[in-house]
Amino acid sequence: MSEHTLPAAPRLHRSSRARSALADSATMAGRCLRMARRHLDVALTSLLLPVLLMLLFVYLFGGAIQTGTRYVTYVVPGVLLLCAGFGASMTAVSVATDMTGGIVDRFRSMDVSGASVLAGHVAASVVRNLASTVLVFGVAFLIGFRPSAGPLDWLAAAGMLLLFILAISWLSAAVGLLARSPEAAGGFSFLVMFLPYPSSAFVPIDTMPAWIHGFAGNQPVTPVIETLRGLLLGLPLGTSPLRAVAWCLGILVASVAVSGVLFRLRTA
Amino acid sequence: MPSELAIEAAGLEKSYGKLRVLDRVDLEAPRGSVVALLGPNGAGKTTAVRILATLTRADAGRARVAGFDVVADRGQVRRHISLTGQHAAVDELQTGEENLRMMGRLAGLPGPAARRRAAELLERFDLTEAGRRTVATWSGGMRRRLDLAAGLVGRPAVIFLDEPTTGLDPRSRQSVWQVVTGLATEGVTVFLTTQYLEEADRLADRITVLDGGRVVADGTPAELKRQVGTQRLDLELADAAAFDEIARCLDDRVVRRDPGRLTIGVATDGSAAQVRALLDEVDPARRAVDRFAVQRATLDDVFLALTGRPADRPGHQNDHDHDKEPAGV
Repeated sequence: MSEHTLPAAPRLHRSSRARSALADSATMAGRCLRMARRHLDVALTSLLLPVLLMLLFVYLFGGAIQTGTRYVTYVVPGVLLLCAGFGASMTAVSVATDMTGGIVDRFRSMDVSGASVLAGHVAASVVRNLASTVLVFGVAFLIGFRPSAGPLDWLAAAGMLLLFILAISWLSAAVGLLARSPEAAGGFSFLVMFLPYPSSAFVPIDTMPAWIHGFAGNQPVTPVIETLRGLLLGLPLGTSPLRAVAWCLGILVASVAVSGVLFRLRTA
Repeated sequence: MPSELAIEAAGLEKSYGKLRVLDRVDLEAPRGSVVALLGPNGAGKTTAVRILATLTRADAGRARVAGFDVVADRGQVRRHISLTGQHAAVDELQTGEENLRMMGRLAGLPGPAARRRAAELLERFDLTEAGRRTVATWSGGMRRRLDLAAGLVGRPAVIFLDEPTTGLDPRSRQSVWQVVTGLATEGVTVFLTTQYLEEADRLADRITVLDGGRVVADGTPAELKRQVGTQRLDLELADAAAFDEIARCLDDRVVRRDPGRLTIGVATDGSAAQVRALLDEVDPARRAVDRFAVQRATLDDVFLALTGRPADRPGHQNDHDHDKEPAGV
């Protein structure tokens, strides 16, 4: 009964599991980027919102805010972070959307690992947010932002931003796995967008009421902003980079571990 | 040489909390056959498929698919199967072509081969024209065809279809049936779940009837019909009293019960002698039975005879909510 022999396994040419996991993640990232591009409202929001916010702060509020420098110089790092955090938090919605449909079952039945599915979402989020960061930088230059950073400072600032985006994206992926619906996952973006306000992003912390200093000074966003500001403007950095990297790595490692467990629970 | 069975499962059990979804279920599918798992809402069909497709683990029992154990050799099983579930597993924001190419890449095809395979499948499923539009703009029937095509990208040896035609219009249903028949002639094993008796009858070489998590019957469509007799004698009765009386007299031999029309169906071989004997038995006074008709038995009769109640009619939608784990795990 030769016609009944099994067709050859289609994946035989794959050399190793690790390589196929990488290839799968890349395929997944391509998928997420294609879809994000077509999700017009999301694409527009995550590109336009940061730019509008920056214009709002610089031209409407900026005149009344005293920061010791031109306000555009002070506020750009904060806007960059707001933009990156908000964009990365969209990962929660796209992961939650996947989990409520049937496609994850299909991926799993094709032996695509949960890690590859999530890594695809995160990689797409990083690419998306680096693009919107460049846009915000461009607009900031147009309205008078003049950083004094050398090449190494630029590189370090880019690395800091990348690590922050990566951490928030993985955290968002975990939130997306927890949420029961894409709408519920959307609520997370709101939280992430709010977090830069009680920080040194838009106004110096010492202008805030004393009771909030503890939170504003120690929440993760503040050291990241201080690091970016210090690098771009050539200010003293202090312990900010250390604290920023520790926060981001902590969030990243915890989120990767938690999302691995959540994925197994959700799909068991 | 692996065994001639593409699917063999023995003693599958699964519970979610106190709810027993599968109770010692045995399943078998010879290679190249079409097997239908037939049952009403909440019978456990989806759970059975998810276990065979390695997505859910059984509490007890074992199963081999394409010659590999679904737990120990999960990866190997996944390389030989595809699953098309109740929820469309294609991306609305990708075009049909992009969806298929992505599946091709995930199935391990290099870029150009994935592109060729996508074009081939779009052609085969009559979707070439729509292939460059995003799936969001497609009709339900087209999406289902794309969903089936996506399941074929990696040339699986065993294909699981969970309620492939639920919610489809008759024309789309016909085209899904053609696909399934076509696959069977290519030597692919198809394991499908359905709550449509007609669908199982039309497509399957073998039908396993599942009810309340238990297998209540298993065999070819012809064998199942034989279990309740090849013919059915419908007795139209004079009044409600006669209906009750005769229903009691025939007891478990009743294969169809319609109190509204005062009609009772009973299995028979259709011979004059047996029909006459039956009439004499249930109505010796010759007053209770108004008229009678002999019909060919349908799978509906089989179902009623096996489970004591009629199969849920389509339109109740799928059994997903009962069949999967409860929310909040």
